[in-house]
Amino acid sequence: MTLFIQQLLNGLTVGSLYALIAVGYTVVYGIVQLINFAHGEVFMIGAFGSLATWQVVCRSNTGLWVLPIMIVGGAVCSVVVALLMERFAYRPLRNAPRLAPLITAIGISIALQRAIQLWYPGATSNVSYPSIDGVTGSSLTIGSVVIQRTTLFTLCVLIVSAAALYIFISRTRTGKAMVAVSQDPDTARLMGINVDRIIAAAFAMGAILAALAGVAQGLRDSNVSSTMGFLAGLKAFTAAVLGGIGNIQGAVAGGLVLGLIEAMATQYIPGQFGGNAWSDVYAFIVLILVLVFRPQGLFGARVVDRA
Amino acid sequence: MRSTLIKVGVPVVVGALALSACGSRSGGGSSSGSGGGGSSKVATIGVTAPFSGDLSAVGLGIENSVKLAVQQANAKKTIPGWTLKAEAVDDQGKPEVGTNAATKLAGDSTVVGVVGNLNSSVSTSTQPVFAKANIVQVSPANTGVALTNVNGKRPYDTYFRTCTTDAIQGPFAAKYLISQGIKKVATINDQKTYGAGLTAAFEKEFKKEGGTITASQTITDAQTNYSSVISQIKPGAPQALYYGGEYPQAGPLSKQLAQGGLSIPVMGGDGIYDPKYIALGGRANDLATSVGAPTDSTAAGKSFLAQYKAAGFSNEAGGYGAYAFDAANAIIEALKTSLKDAKTAQDARAATVKAMANVSFTGVTGKVAFDSFGDTTNKVLTVYKVTGGAWVAAKTDTF
Repeated sequence: MTLFIQQLLNGLTVGSLYALIAVGYTVVYGIVQLINFAHGEVFMIGAFGSLATWQVVCRSNTGLWVLPIMIVGGAVCSVVVALLMERFAYRPLRNAPRLAPLITAIGISIALQRAIQLWYPGATSNVSYPSIDGVTGSSLTIGSVVIQRTTLFTLCVLIVSAAALYIFISRTRTGKAMVAVSQDPDTARLMGINVDRIIAAAFAMGAILAALAGVAQGLRDSNVSSTMGFLAGLKAFTAAVLGGIGNIQGAVAGGLVLGLIEAMATQYIPGQFGGNAWSDVYAFIVLILVLVFRPQGLFGARVVDRA
Repeated sequence: MRSTLIKVGVPVVVGALALSACGSRSGGGSSSGSGGGGSSKVATIGVTAPFSGDLSAVGLGIENSVKLAVQQANAKKTIPGWTLKAEAVDDQGKPEVGTNAATKLAGDSTVVGVVGNLNSSVSTSTQPVFAKANIVQVSPANTGVALTNVNGKRPYDTYFRTCTTDAIQGPFAAKYLISQGIKKVATINDQKTYGAGLTAAFEKEFKKEGGTITASQTITDAQTNYSSVISQIKPGAPQALYYGGEYPQAGPLSKQLAQGGLSIPVMGGDGIYDPKYIALGGRANDLATSVGAPTDSTAAGKSFLAQYKAAGFSNEAGGYGAYAFDAANAIIEALKTSLKDAKTAQDARAATVKAMANVSFTGVTGKVAFDSFGDTTNKVLTVYKVTGGAWVAAKTDTF
């Protein structure tokens, strides 16, 4: 039982990060029907941005007070990158065939990875990420279940972001406009909504959540690398599809489910096809099953069919 | 539409070209200044290792050590009638670049032997190139077992090495742990040739010595979080964790192990014996094995380092400098026999390969001689321990 609870916690932590990144995929897809494969790199830039902020602005202090500054620094970097990406790479291609922006996304992804490798000091291999007092360090033990401080931090980040996101979508003008554009961009424009601005806002929102995930992952793993966005991006995309692409609640749930599958597969599948290295395989098997038997995802895709 | 595509496409293409152009060192024809001796004939010893990128510090140490050996041989006129030359070609630590470098060296008719490569994966693809040209290749650093032994058969007669292999490294680690009173160990490996091979050799020897393997787990090198695998091995209550793989995963793994409530030492092979392991989360008392003795721990090693310093090279000799120096001297030793009656350097290639089998002398790292597989007969290894934020030699022994 202890082991089950332990793996449940591990799975929820990993899943929270997938969920945070998945929201970025799903929001952008819901509005412009674009799968932004460079979103994993936005997450990576967020992690490196927060690390650079820590080194330059916070002068390598490790007090808890630097954490908000790091998060803001990371978020600013990833939002700037996401907005530039949207303005110069995707907007010119908005009416192009679907394949063009997809290939552009892959190109941007490679370019961003290489840029970090070339220009961030030491980023040709893993770079160590700071330990911040309070959110890292000695873990708490309840019974024989070990709860790491980073686990608590990651779960808190997800809960707070999900609540903030809900309020943003349902209560603010920009949030409501986003829903309107995703339902019918042409009518939304006729109603006086600036569609370009709303699309940019969607990219920015996804970038902020990705940056939060970047900070959480950096703290948890104690290191970041220029290639960390690739697998995380792929998993988050899977989570978005699992939950029903375009559906924000679905993305969060999909991320958590994916994380749980991975943790449980590591623990409970024995023998040659068991173990940690195979956990990804089971995660993707579940994805395939969902796509075959319930292609709209667990929560149903919120995509209005456009002629 | 087309014009917008061009507007976007051109900068992307230009950017990509600019990015890929950065960081590649212009083709390395940096031959050493070993003054030509009048009418004497020239024989070249090639050096191929990474001189750019992550591992360039190690590679340049190898290059300089070979140059030192060549300079000394010329000064002593070891081979009458011939002047030796060293020629370095960068392999960037990549198999495909290494193949081109090897082809370049093989095409040079004065080349009679080559020291290199640093990485086992690169040597795998340069071996056939040198074998086809009948050029003797001596690696100072390859530990991959399959380079000299594929199911009990030697794949290439032209390949030799001066350092010992992973087949020795894993068992050496197992014996060390047993000698420290550690009887229960969990293992994790990254499923790559190096990591999986090392772990298998470790487990076999550890069980033979009476130890228990509490769990064998695998990870992939794309993973960054190991919490679920750590929770999985924890109930077995291992006293140490043996990791088969490299430092980018091992460092964070060690830190996450402690965070996951399992404060046991991590032990690995030469893949984790790197200062970056500690920077990425390696903890005090973590262990690593590496081939050979620390160069500055023996009298011969100290004298080599003094000569190296006196020669005025700007880079450190590094972990493999002494092995490269011995590798170059092994080739020179073989050339004494093979060049004696040769008209041209190219004619001497086959004779050099043959002569390598009989080479035997006392080098910087100990006795230099090769067995029937081309492996060194000198099986010295060292266990290093993280102490005060750095790797410190804990025990050097012959296996």
